[in-house]
Amino acid sequence: MLLLVLGLLWGRHMRSGTQASGPKQHPLAPDFTLAQVNGPSLTLSSYRGHVVLLDFWATWCVPCREEIPHFVELQDKFRAQGLQIIGVSMDDSADPVRPFSQQFHMNYPIVMGNAKIGEQYGGVLGLPIAFLLDRDGRITKKHIGATPAEVFDKEIATLLLKQ
Amino acid sequence: MKIRLLLTKSVLAVAAAFLMVVQVAGQATAIPASRQVTPEDLVKLLQSSPEQKPLMIQVGSHVLYTQAHIPGSEYIGPASTEAGLQQLRKRVAMLRRTQLIVLYCGCCPWSHCPNVEPADNALHKMGFRNVKILYIAENFGNDWVNKGYPTAKGD
Repeated sequence: MLLLVLGLLWGRHMRSGTQASGPKQHPLAPDFTLAQVNGPSLTLSSYRGHVVLLDFWATWCVPCREEIPHFVELQDKFRAQGLQIIGVSMDDSADPVRPFSQQFHMNYPIVMGNAKIGEQYGGVLGLPIAFLLDRDGRITKKHIGATPAEVFDKEIATLLLKQ
Repeated sequence: MKIRLLLTKSVLAVAAAFLMVVQVAGQATAIPASRQVTPEDLVKLLQSSPEQKPLMIQVGSHVLYTQAHIPGSEYIGPASTEAGLQQLRKRVAMLRRTQLIVLYCGCCPWSHCPNVEPADNALHKMGFRNVKILYIAENFGNDWVNKGYPTAKGD
């Protein structure tokens, strides 16, 4: 009986110790399956093992458009190390997105977003908003508004180093 | 290979520069301060005379509108597109030119919003002289929803 009590106390101590001293766990990115603008549907969780930059944008959003050439470069630069950029268009339809993606030589998949996915990500009530996900699919950074390319470059390089 | 990469970068840079130049003409910064209304003042206006509410029109994205909008406001569509402008003209065509209209978007920071200025310009050309533009510094989430102002969801 005494051993049982001691065992329970030890287990409790270990659990509380783990919670207190363990690293802060980033929230898991809400999973989704959405239609791609130029391809089959895409499921976010299928990119586990990659570092993912999830970019909520729209063709008519000026700061979004300014960022896209940088994203194209980042995708090229870090593809081999495991970066996958995914664009989530918040345009009302895919019609303007297709020619835009060709004009800007977008080299990463683009899905059509909706209000539901916006709410799942805490409300996408301004553009652009970018989420950086680690290889486990956890959100490590959220950038609201246009963000300098150097910031993304540094953050992505750091995440890619972690296996 | 290097030449191809350089060419691609050049094309992207030219495309981006062209789009930026095109956008300058339609920026919200062209709207004088006297015709802007702050979120705080709009809320006061709505609370002080609920029976005389202005016609409030959201001229941004439907996806953003569905997530959050000002109660009673109507969705028209991005006024940076011809389709959005046509919808706007159609909606107000029969109204008195003295009607108070509040336009808002909140998709992007004020200096980058491509929608409110073309909408304002279209109404001005139609003879409307009582138009206010909601000044949203960063975006609708930060400057309206997160401040606890009245918000509705859905279509």
